[in-house]
Amino acid sequence: MVAAVMSAAEPRAAKRRNWMTSINAWLLLLPAIVLLGTFTHYPILSTLYHSFFSLGRGGTSNFVGFENYAYMLDDDVFWQVLRNNIVFALATVPTSIALALLMAVWVDKKIAGRSFLRLAFFTPTVLPMIAVANIWLFFYTPGYGLLDQFLKNFGFASNNWLGDPSTVMTCLAVMVVWKEAGFFMIFYLAALQTIPPELKEAAEVEGASRWYFFRRVTLPLLMPTTLFISINALINSFKLVDQLVIMTKGGPNNASSLLLYYIYEVAFTFQDTTYAATLTVTLIAILAGVALTKFVYLDRRIHYQ
Amino acid sequence: MSEIVVNAVSKTWGGVGGVNNISFKADAGTLLVLLGPSGCGKSTTLRLIAGLEEVDSGTITIGGREVTHLSPAQRHISMVFQSYALFPHLNVAENIVFGLKVRGVGRAERDERLKKVADIVGLSHLLERKPSQLSGGQRQRVALGRAIIAEAPVCLMDEPLSNLDAKLRHEMRTEIRSLQQRLGMTMVYVTHDQTEAMTMADRVILMRDGHIEQNGAPHELYNEPASDFTARFIGTPPMNIISWQDNAMLGVRPEHVSIVEGNGVPATVKAVEYLGADSIVLCDVKGENVSVRQTGYCSLPTGAQVSLEWQNRHIHLFDRDSGKRRAGTASHA
Repeated sequence: MVAAVMSAAEPRAAKRRNWMTSINAWLLLLPAIVLLGTFTHYPILSTLYHSFFSLGRGGTSNFVGFENYAYMLDDDVFWQVLRNNIVFALATVPTSIALALLMAVWVDKKIAGRSFLRLAFFTPTVLPMIAVANIWLFFYTPGYGLLDQFLKNFGFASNNWLGDPSTVMTCLAVMVVWKEAGFFMIFYLAALQTIPPELKEAAEVEGASRWYFFRRVTLPLLMPTTLFISINALINSFKLVDQLVIMTKGGPNNASSLLLYYIYEVAFTFQDTTYAATLTVTLIAILAGVALTKFVYLDRRIHYQ
Repeated sequence: MSEIVVNAVSKTWGGVGGVNNISFKADAGTLLVLLGPSGCGKSTTLRLIAGLEEVDSGTITIGGREVTHLSPAQRHISMVFQSYALFPHLNVAENIVFGLKVRGVGRAERDERLKKVADIVGLSHLLERKPSQLSGGQRQRVALGRAIIAEAPVCLMDEPLSNLDAKLRHEMRTEIRSLQQRLGMTMVYVTHDQTEAMTMADRVILMRDGHIEQNGAPHELYNEPASDFTARFIGTPPMNIISWQDNAMLGVRPEHVSIVEGNGVPATVKAVEYLGADSIVLCDVKGENVSVRQTGYCSLPTGAQVSLEWQNRHIHLFDRDSGKRRAGTASHA
């Protein structure tokens, strides 16, 4: 009798326990789901949705299919800012990585004032981009800016660095490299310190020069860090546009405008939200492509310990 | 042949640690063990011979050539590190031929030597593996392979077996020793394990606090310890040292103490350790510990009162203050 009741109650109790476990799990996930859903997933889907509709100023917006995308492909400014962005990435990513590695190797050695040097290299990272842009604005000011004052000593005429389409990108790239390299240096420094010193000694006993050791051992062992940094730098080059607001507003004649800044202009200056949505979907696709390349392809090719 | 002569070498780091005025010689083709507790300066000595540290004073010659101020590479040595120091991104073959590549040895010769060495250390089937895919013993073999492919006359080893389990350590011990003899290398081997030292060495240098405590063949260290420190360091269990008359300490090996009926030194059994072939009976003699080695199984209960006896020819006397060995014998207990 008792045994019969027990066996009937058992599956029900087990079921309830299972159910409670699931409830518990979902409750724990809830805060993250709400935040991610509200601020990441819903906006992405909403953006995608809006990119298929007409603007509908003062009326109803209609489904227009790929019309916005067709318009984008015909938009000369879109192609120019995309080209600018690619040039900007190609100019800043390798340079800041090389500089970061150089600085890391330097401050990894036992030299006098090592902590001071590390701090000095890291300081630009701590500053907000808005502040950095304001400082550099004064460097590039025509006539009495730091750069012009310096060049005047060598007899050069004054130059409108940020106002000239041929120099503006270089000026911005130099500034961004200055700001980013110190941040990447920290990652290299951490990675360098995980390489056991015996490896260096073993190579020394075998007669390897410092350069040989750096090329054949240090660099390959730093590859995971290099990959991580280059992906970050690449993504940053697409999403960091604060300096444009302060320094050039994308000018002159869109010569310094980047994709994200163009999206901002389209959405909030021209109030063309559906076209901005279309451009945003394109930007997300580019960044997702970069991330996928890392996770699917590059991670497998690079040595991880 | 390549003998190593270390002459009056000192090295300190701001007066802390290091070695103080040590001199010794490793004969060509022999295995010399530097033995001692941690911090005694044995690893420093090895690194000085390797050239990974610069001497403060003194000279080092290898094979009659003064190498005191030469770089590690110029000394024509090979070295095995405690952590093995394998390059994690290179496979076994690349790790082994690393040095040959550095020195620009041609591909054909490299492959030929790799094949030979891989055979010797038993890694021929693992050449494509990365170090992370190998067991501890296999990594040890890679490090060995990298050391012997250089065909350097001198091989330095810094606690090479301390990361292995007991069984593997025993195997590798025999293997390294036979390899050293087969290839006729002069080997300097650092360890804190006296069993390794006793079983492998032609000559053992026992170090303590940066100086040499005793330098001799394993049987000399065992049978005629120059100080109570040596006596306590060598042997498992080590020599019993108890207070004695005339400001002396008396030392006697556990295997030379016997438990007897009737007159002897009275003692109380504290514990019995059964090892299979023999048992170690730990006794208390007036507050001091004395171990007795007995053949076979010992059934004495804890707390049993026993009498201990030993023979005069087996005792060692040490000065209480200096710890140095004294000549002469003590009266029979």
